[in-house]
Amino acid sequence: MRRDVPLLIKALGIAGFGILYIPVMIMIIYSFNSSKLVAVWAGFSTKWYKELWTDDILLTALYKSLLIGVSSATISTVFGLLIAIAFVRFSVFKGRLILSLVASAPLVMPEAVTGLSMLLLFIAMEISFGWPSGRGVDTIMIAHATFGMCFAAVVIQTRLRDMDKYLEEAARDLGGRQPFVFLSITLPLILPSIIAAWLLSFTLSFDDLVIASFVSGPGSSTLPIVIFSKIRLGVSPEINAIATLMILTISILVLFGSILVLKREDKK
Amino acid sequence: MAPFIRIQNISKKYGKLLAVDNVSFNLEKGELFSLLGPSGCGKTTLLRILAGFEITTEGYVEIDGQDMVDVDPADRPVNIMFQNYALFPHMSVSNNIGYGLKRASLPDNEIKSRVSELLELVHLNGMGERKPSTLSGGQRQRVALARALARRPKLLLLDEPLAALDKKLRSETQFELCKIQEQLGTTFVVVTHDQEEAMTLSTRIGVMNNGKLVQVGTPNEIYEQPQTTFVADFVGEISFIEVTVKEQKGPYWLMQGAVPIHVSTGAKLRINQKVNLALRPEKISLTSKSTGKINEFPVKVIDWAFYGAGTQYRVVGPGGINLKLYESHNIPSKSNARQPETGFINFSPDSIIILER
Repeated sequence: MRRDVPLLIKALGIAGFGILYIPVMIMIIYSFNSSKLVAVWAGFSTKWYKELWTDDILLTALYKSLLIGVSSATISTVFGLLIAIAFVRFSVFKGRLILSLVASAPLVMPEAVTGLSMLLLFIAMEISFGWPSGRGVDTIMIAHATFGMCFAAVVIQTRLRDMDKYLEEAARDLGGRQPFVFLSITLPLILPSIIAAWLLSFTLSFDDLVIASFVSGPGSSTLPIVIFSKIRLGVSPEINAIATLMILTISILVLFGSILVLKREDKK
Repeated sequence: MAPFIRIQNISKKYGKLLAVDNVSFNLEKGELFSLLGPSGCGKTTLLRILAGFEITTEGYVEIDGQDMVDVDPADRPVNIMFQNYALFPHMSVSNNIGYGLKRASLPDNEIKSRVSELLELVHLNGMGERKPSTLSGGQRQRVALARALARRPKLLLLDEPLAALDKKLRSETQFELCKIQEQLGTTFVVVTHDQEEAMTLSTRIGVMNNGKLVQVGTPNEIYEQPQTTFVADFVGEISFIEVTVKEQKGPYWLMQGAVPIHVSTGAKLRINQKVNLALRPEKISLTSKSTGKINEFPVKVIDWAFYGAGTQYRVVGPGGINLKLYESHNIPSKSNARQPETGFINFSPDSIIILER
């Protein structure tokens, strides 16, 4: 028997998804607009996409964003994994409380505060050690890795906590030693969460504007910074095109991640 | 000759809590020893100490003449079968069983033949490529057993091996487990809270309570000659009668409680000593008329339960003594038979267990 969903709930659902996705749809549609005016439809065209390929500033920014995204996501995931293992596998250790506070604070810290404090740190370091000399790709990478790490730790921790801890003991009992036990048992079982953590950190880094604005230097503008500065001069359809590409990239990543997680769940 | 496995004065403290309290016992090669006790009695902690996962606060373990104190779980000639089996979900049955063999750096063809030998042993031929998630509970249990046996341990530890199985499967698996144990001659230590399981499986049972090993003996000794009220009460059904030793009369001791009871025992008793008499239900007979036997008194039946093979009665005797008794149905029981409301019970003077009070 099929039960009908009450009309009100249906309406709320449609409204909710509408609010989320209608603007995105409009933006995607207008990225194929041949007119230079954003709000006037003048026929289908892919010229803004072609123009993107010739816009050196945007392409450089894209390359930098990708570089920062990939490297900071990787650093975040490695450190996030270490934090997660410390919390889940070792119930008592010195400084556990401090670590748990320190590791979760950036989750709730306003980005402006994180960005400003990072900037102050980098300046102080430059004065004391001469490194980093000025702000650039490396400082953004470090800043992104720092807050991405906290998100990664949360994602991996959940999975690690769900994992049967007797599996590791069984492996040890059967003659396994570290790091072999970790590589043969733990890692394959928490791999979906590690991939999810990487994707999350990458996405956070890829679309971060606030922190990047604080710690970027001349010549190290990321894509969001460039887009934002372009918008201040007026929205061009080019922006719609690049945003559409960003949505496409992230959708593919998320889809890939979900399929991977679902596949694992299936096997379980 | 030194015992095969020696467990000497083992204690384990968690903060102030004494989880295992000065436990010592020896095991002979090929024994099937059960650690029996209520949950939280320290039996699982003791098992984990033997496996090497817990470090003892005091005492030591010796296996085949080798001191185990500083030996890593990975190097101990001991394997454990976990209660939830802990099968590696991402590996096939064969890879699960072969995991320990690969660690022992055996050549591939030897691993293969050993794995198929083990699959045969646990009747899982042809299941090697399946994932644990596609197996039934009983099959998983057998994979776990095969995996634990793969490295030919000198001592196999089994944590509640049958707890996750349903009743019918449990008794089948029990026999299977005994058969495999006899066939291989491996020493088994089984942890269980199920006294029936301990009785049917083991050559010897160690009963634990509050971290202490309170009695070690054969299933028969544990059942028929419990040394403490706890053991008597934990293992099987039993009723207690509080009495005082009155006098020695011929071959019997006369006990004074709500009713006079004659007991024949080799135990040393003092006059006026206060003791508990313990009676197993099947040792008591219920008759409708007085038979004039020794230790007979009238009772009122307050409750009864049909068990198929027999019926259990709860009766109240003079002075309010409560007793459980069990009558097996030697002849088919009739569905319309009326249960007696009153009657007489009697029990033999040598079927009574005397416990200190």
